[in-house]
Amino acid sequence: MAMRALVGCKRVIDYAVKVRVKPDKTGVVIDGVKHSMNPFDEIAVEEAVRMKEKKLVSEIVAVSCGPAQCQETLRTAMAMGADKAIHVEIPAKEFELVQPIHIAKILAKLATDVKADVVILGKQAIDDDCNQTAQMTAAFLDWPQAVFAAKIEKDGDSLAVTREIDGGTETIKVNVPAVISADLRLNEPRYATLPNIMKAKKKPMEKKTAKDLGVDLTPRIQVISVEDPPVREAGQKVDDVDQLITKLKGLGRI
Amino acid sequence: MISFRSFVVRPSSKLLFFPKHVPRQYGKSVFSKTSAYYEQISSNPIRMASTTSTRMMGSSMPESRKRAKRGEYSQLESDDISHFSNLLGKHRVITNESEIEGYNVDWLRAIKGQSRLVLRPKNTNEVSKIMTYCYERNLAVVPQGGNTGIAGGGIAVHDEIVISTSLMNQIVDVDEWSGILVCQSGCVLETLNEHLSQYDLIVPLDLGAKESCQLGGNVSTNAGGLRVLRYGSLHSSVVGCEVVLADGTILDCMNTMKKDNTGYHLKHLFIGSEGTLGIVTKVAIQCPPKPKAVNLAFVGINNFQNVLETFRLAKRDLGEVLSACEYLDQETLSAVFENLQLKSPIESSFPFYMMIETSGSNGKHDEEKLSMFLEKAMSKEFVADGTIASQPSHIKNIWNIRERFPEALLKDGHLTVYDFSIPLESFNEMVEETRSHLGPLAKRVTGFGHLGDGNLHLNVTMEEFNPATLAKAEPFVYNYVAQRKGSISSEHGLGSIKRDYIYHSKSPQAVSYMRELKRLLDPKGILNPYKVIPNK
Repeated sequence: MAMRALVGCKRVIDYAVKVRVKPDKTGVVIDGVKHSMNPFDEIAVEEAVRMKEKKLVSEIVAVSCGPAQCQETLRTAMAMGADKAIHVEIPAKEFELVQPIHIAKILAKLATDVKADVVILGKQAIDDDCNQTAQMTAAFLDWPQAVFAAKIEKDGDSLAVTREIDGGTETIKVNVPAVISADLRLNEPRYATLPNIMKAKKKPMEKKTAKDLGVDLTPRIQVISVEDPPVREAGQKVDDVDQLITKLKGLGRI
Repeated sequence: MISFRSFVVRPSSKLLFFPKHVPRQYGKSVFSKTSAYYEQISSNPIRMASTTSTRMMGSSMPESRKRAKRGEYSQLESDDISHFSNLLGKHRVITNESEIEGYNVDWLRAIKGQSRLVLRPKNTNEVSKIMTYCYERNLAVVPQGGNTGIAGGGIAVHDEIVISTSLMNQIVDVDEWSGILVCQSGCVLETLNEHLSQYDLIVPLDLGAKESCQLGGNVSTNAGGLRVLRYGSLHSSVVGCEVVLADGTILDCMNTMKKDNTGYHLKHLFIGSEGTLGIVTKVAIQCPPKPKAVNLAFVGINNFQNVLETFRLAKRDLGEVLSACEYLDQETLSAVFENLQLKSPIESSFPFYMMIETSGSNGKHDEEKLSMFLEKAMSKEFVADGTIASQPSHIKNIWNIRERFPEALLKDGHLTVYDFSIPLESFNEMVEETRSHLGPLAKRVTGFGHLGDGNLHLNVTMEEFNPATLAKAEPFVYNYVAQRKGSISSEHGLGSIKRDYIYHSKSPQAVSYMRELKRLLDPKGILNPYKVIPNK
């Protein structure tokens, strides 16, 4: 089959880190906070590498949009098995207001430029939980989409993708080129081995800007405030059902 | 009414003998369900094996594990319970058997106590009043923190009253300049870490039990853990403590200064004496800054000599950023795959693995150091393969594997953990010799441990508990350690199950002075009896 895969990797605050809101409520604390590759994107990279091992894919291009530190994320992708990387540099301040629609336009342009046959993304990012980029990218490219993939198999010249849906799973046949988004059960990502980590340092990384790709990053939203969720109040203990009913009535709940 | 299940049953379904020496003075029929000699065996075969009380298997058990004879303490009476209820309120005085059960079983489910009363004081004054009363009444007590110990130190042997520090969980102060934290002894380690993170500080110790263990218990056992290599033991990080003595005296050894050379350093008596000299109620501890960058390498190694070479190279090349160095063998990792279905960070399997962690203030600097060290280790062929994690989530996952070793081994059926300090060169030899010595009596004999501190955890698992295995293992393993002038309990303490082996690591004169100190501080011997110091 020998496809070329474009894999998106977003650099997000690591999921093991406790997120704190900035005192001025304009956002969360990012300075000095550990970032890493979005877990669903790790799954996407892993799947691309497995497809390469199965000879379904011949080349993997990893892409990440954001500030300079995204290069670390791309090195991780290459250590896992991506062949080359593209860093679309967006300064940190600007990146805060970038939305899936902007990223989707960038990915669509890149997919055409590198002649990708399949675009594999994580289903959503753990910082915004949007779950929109894959779908929008497919729309811009006018390609079929298979989102929430739990299994990807070859089916003649197409792909058979098993998707997670509300009732269980659904298997669809998708013509290539296509956009796929990775769900949790697709695979368990590997840890990059030392030899591969060292090899990754020598793999090629291209730098581009949104302007190079003709994408306008003008913000379409404005952040009004970012706040902590309300602190959970302590519960009250009651001795028996009668007391419970009295209390509920007192609170006007029944 | 005896249900069939209240007797321990071997797989052949033959009833075991009913020990004739079970005394009748407990005020309860020995046939009652909750008689401590007999476990409630559920139908889960794994629980069946692991909850077998190692104390009641009769003469084939090593002496050290048999329940000691009850001391001449008073019996608990209803007046005592009323007194405590008046003191603490009825909600903090537990007499209900099913509620007490949790306080009467250790984490490994190998030791069962017979306490009938649990008290939950909230502050030092209450602890003092409890002890004053118990001293007068000659009632024995056992202080208990998070109950994560594995030498039986926190479990009642007979009917000692459990004094739980769980409600003493107030953080008193954090000095942002000196980094000294003052808190009550019932604070859970992980909770302290969360609180300290706003000051960019961490607690100087890290153990797998951190989400349950309490600082008072850690101090009382001089707990070690994964970071002793970097931050030292509690003897260096605890700067002060407040302790309640056996007669209720509140001994103020509090101090919040890093340096204090005024008189004898009494606090050190209570660090590591496992609650036998006093109940720790408050702790002042020096907290180091939270590292800005942590990296963890997990490597596979082909032979034990290379483990030692890698460790030496790490000390030299990683220097001041080295914060943990653990080793494990293939058998340990197999238990993790088979029993917990956790994935290994590296694909191929090796006879040995190491986890090497760096912590520092500059991520780039540390990563570079670690990469260079690993490249060197690989080119010298000390290390055959491995991975580096810099992402907190990956680091957490890999440490999780290490922290869950005991759990994984426990799932074999029954686990006995030995905790030794021996010369590094002997680590693997000890594991292999023990394995061949025990032969088919053990399911698995594995080794892992704090290589950086010279501390080996030797593990013997059995599918179902077999006293013959223990009888063959002990004193073989203890003798092996004594011959090499090692410590028969590196960090877990002596508790109730290892005190008879104290002479393997301490001279009789030293032990006799320990007895004198105990007599001085607890003349009636009511504070955590049957622990640490063996009977004469």
